[in-house]
Amino acid sequence: MKDISKEYFGNPVLKNVTLQVKPGEIHALVGENGAGKSTLMNILFGMPVIHGSGGFAGQVEINGAPVTIDAPHKAIDFGIGMVHQDFMLIPGFTVTENIKVGREISCPTLLSQIFSKELETLDLEQMAADARRALREIGLNIEEYVLVAGLPVGYKQFVEIAREIDKTGIKLLVFDEPTAVLTESEAERLLKLMELIAKKGIGIIFITHRLGEVMHYAHSVSILRDGELIMRTAVKDTSMVKIAELMIGRKTEKYVDSVPNQLESVEIALSLQDFHVDMPGEMVRGIDLDIRQGEIFGIGGLAGQGKLGIANGIMGLCRSQGKVFVWGRELNLGRLGAALASGIAFVSEDRRGIGLLLDQSIEHNLVFSAIHVQEEFLINLKLFKLYHRRKARKHALKMIELLDIRCTGPAQKAGSLSGGNQQKVCLARALTLNPKILIVSEPTRGIDIGAKKLVLEYLLELNRQQGMTIIIISSELVELRSLCHRIAIIADGKVAKILQPDAPDAEFGLAMSGS
Amino acid sequence: MQTIKKIFAKISLPHIIIVVFFLSMLAAAAPLGLSVRSLIGDTLRRWAMYGILVLAMVPAIQSGIGPNFGISLGIVGGLLGATVSIEMGLTNPWVAIIVAMLIGATIASVLGILYGLLLNKVKGSEMTVSTYVGFSVIAFMNIMWLSLPFSSGTLIWPLAGMGMRNNISIIDSFGHVFNNLFSFCLLGDKTTGIFVPTGLILVFLAACLAMWLFLRSKTGIAMSAAGENPQFTRAAGISGNKMRIIGTAISTSLGAVGIIVYAQSYGFLQLYNAPLMMGFHSVAAILIGGASTKKATIANVIIGAFLFQGMLAVALPVVNKVLPESNLPDVIRIIISNGIILFALSKSKGG
Repeated sequence: MKDISKEYFGNPVLKNVTLQVKPGEIHALVGENGAGKSTLMNILFGMPVIHGSGGFAGQVEINGAPVTIDAPHKAIDFGIGMVHQDFMLIPGFTVTENIKVGREISCPTLLSQIFSKELETLDLEQMAADARRALREIGLNIEEYVLVAGLPVGYKQFVEIAREIDKTGIKLLVFDEPTAVLTESEAERLLKLMELIAKKGIGIIFITHRLGEVMHYAHSVSILRDGELIMRTAVKDTSMVKIAELMIGRKTEKYVDSVPNQLESVEIALSLQDFHVDMPGEMVRGIDLDIRQGEIFGIGGLAGQGKLGIANGIMGLCRSQGKVFVWGRELNLGRLGAALASGIAFVSEDRRGIGLLLDQSIEHNLVFSAIHVQEEFLINLKLFKLYHRRKARKHALKMIELLDIRCTGPAQKAGSLSGGNQQKVCLARALTLNPKILIVSEPTRGIDIGAKKLVLEYLLELNRQQGMTIIIISSELVELRSLCHRIAIIADGKVAKILQPDAPDAEFGLAMSGS
Repeated sequence: MQTIKKIFAKISLPHIIIVVFFLSMLAAAAPLGLSVRSLIGDTLRRWAMYGILVLAMVPAIQSGIGPNFGISLGIVGGLLGATVSIEMGLTNPWVAIIVAMLIGATIASVLGILYGLLLNKVKGSEMTVSTYVGFSVIAFMNIMWLSLPFSSGTLIWPLAGMGMRNNISIIDSFGHVFNNLFSFCLLGDKTTGIFVPTGLILVFLAACLAMWLFLRSKTGIAMSAAGENPQFTRAAGISGNKMRIIGTAISTSLGAVGIIVYAQSYGFLQLYNAPLMMGFHSVAAILIGGASTKKATIANVIIGAFLFQGMLAVALPVVNKVLPESNLPDVIRIIISNGIILFALSKSKGG
């Protein structure tokens, strides 16, 4: 792939990236979330999302000859296969059927000769034999007639690989974070298998966040950052620290210029002990953290490592285990709203899903939590409590001015606001609760730079002037490093390291890759 | 000007068709020798007597379970309340109707809570499930009406002495008690003028006011929010499931009150299969009024009940006159009510 550039609606995500893989080579592709890895692979596979958004610039070449790949089946014809992170298998089918799906071997019948090829019968024996051979080739000892649904996770990954190598003429195989969901021994076996496949002359693109795996198994590595190819080198010429450093990169731009004030108190505001959260895709597996009063505490890490799970667990939105103490008092995790009652407010990362009532006015959105947690904005009529419209309206107008929410007025529906303004409404609702601890999750995701700056500056101001303890969970390391007193990096559901914002890039990079 | 534009924007094609149809039927009535005044009187009466059953849809839709086709559950609760009240032999009509409503609403809210628990288990297909719950409870009560040990002469079949009658007259009990309260005749006397059942209309409007206030109370706000986005309310520490149960229970007990108000205006309690399709009529009425399966307001109730019942009240006699000796009016009623439901549901998503 040469000089690949791609932009989504004027937003460049890949800038002149060149990626080369030799037959029999294991080439690692590393980079942070959003560095452009998936976009690059989507281009390689001719995914509709690419061509639906205006195609790309550059050239894909196979064996030196330029080719056009504008649909996934063409990629398959050219001998490009992919092993997905979240298995693309049909649970109700047997192993054989999964391996052979779309490429069934069939025998002509009377009907098929009269009508069409669609009516041929399947040559089940031949298919089973092929599947057996593919399974033996990768050293997987299972029967080809069992259902995929009952297999352990690690085996499913192997079935996917078997399906790919069963395709005749496969030249290039892409492994997209294959070890993310596997246990250590399974991962090792899979990586060994990857070496085996490479030895047969098949080129491999290996996408991973685990730098240890890169050092151990890959021959060469390409590092992407912000859509640019930073370096391509042989693994033996580099070191893990060097890769980590290049992955993060020192970004000069800072969203907020000022450093937060130094902490005077050392009182612990929020303490997590052996905290587990069962959040799909963001599992938290035992975290111990102490957050001091008046601190801006950052939680970073790659997507899917569990940083989002922490906040959702504390707020009771996902099932959690372990102990949470708020100023020394234990939180009843089983009770919905316990965290809110003890003075913690939360701005969710899922703005449109959890954060807002899209079909209701800004005013309603702003005061909703306060009505229910603190019985604010209500007229008490003894028998029941009625909505206090005037007070709510006054408050809404105040908040709109304070946070510069661009809208036609407090009656405008929240769903019709822009992303940045929606985020401000979410923030304003959390602030309406006058929280002692504010947890903001991905505060700047999907909002423009101006709104970003305003939101971050306002958080800093809250911390300085009111001494509010703020926990920021963000995928953007720059953001955390320009704002926080301390930053915890979460990897694999655990705290990898707690770092100072001015720690070297390499340390952040290593912590994020969990090594 | 802005508000006028807004109102115009809200009027949809079906509204226009229905209003034009309603007016043309009214215009056709006079030449056919029907009394326009009595038709208007009929419309008024039917509007208010059906109103509370339509109102019962509001808490259901707002809490997120969608149009409550299972309102029959509340209706049988109300019928039970009414029959118990008659069995008790209460002679004061006011006491009788209040006792009937209290018993009915109590039974219905208990049923409603259980029904709500069921609906929480079948999220996404509430409309289908509620339809069949409604049908099943009518079938079940068909057995019960035959076997419950009632003994009052007005309730059971006169000769065999076993089981209850199809139509039970309540003129001696609480019949017309609301209708006759402050009632008067406009533009004429009792036979020629428009009869205005003031008490009935007041009861309906009072129920609407109570619902309007409820939707602005703490619980009401939480319920509406849970209906719109259960994840959002969870983040504010409110259980969406609990709010759905509250909404279902209120909807079901309003169904009980609604059928009693309906019966007192009609003069008869109708048991067995009579309430089978009432749920559909209530749903059709509120959808005509501009509600969706996700959002309903009191204005939707008042407008919808008027349009739907007005159309039936006027169209049926007119069609009867044009095509005598046929059962076409009934066919048209079925086509209209089901057609409206079909149209409204095709506009909105959900099972």
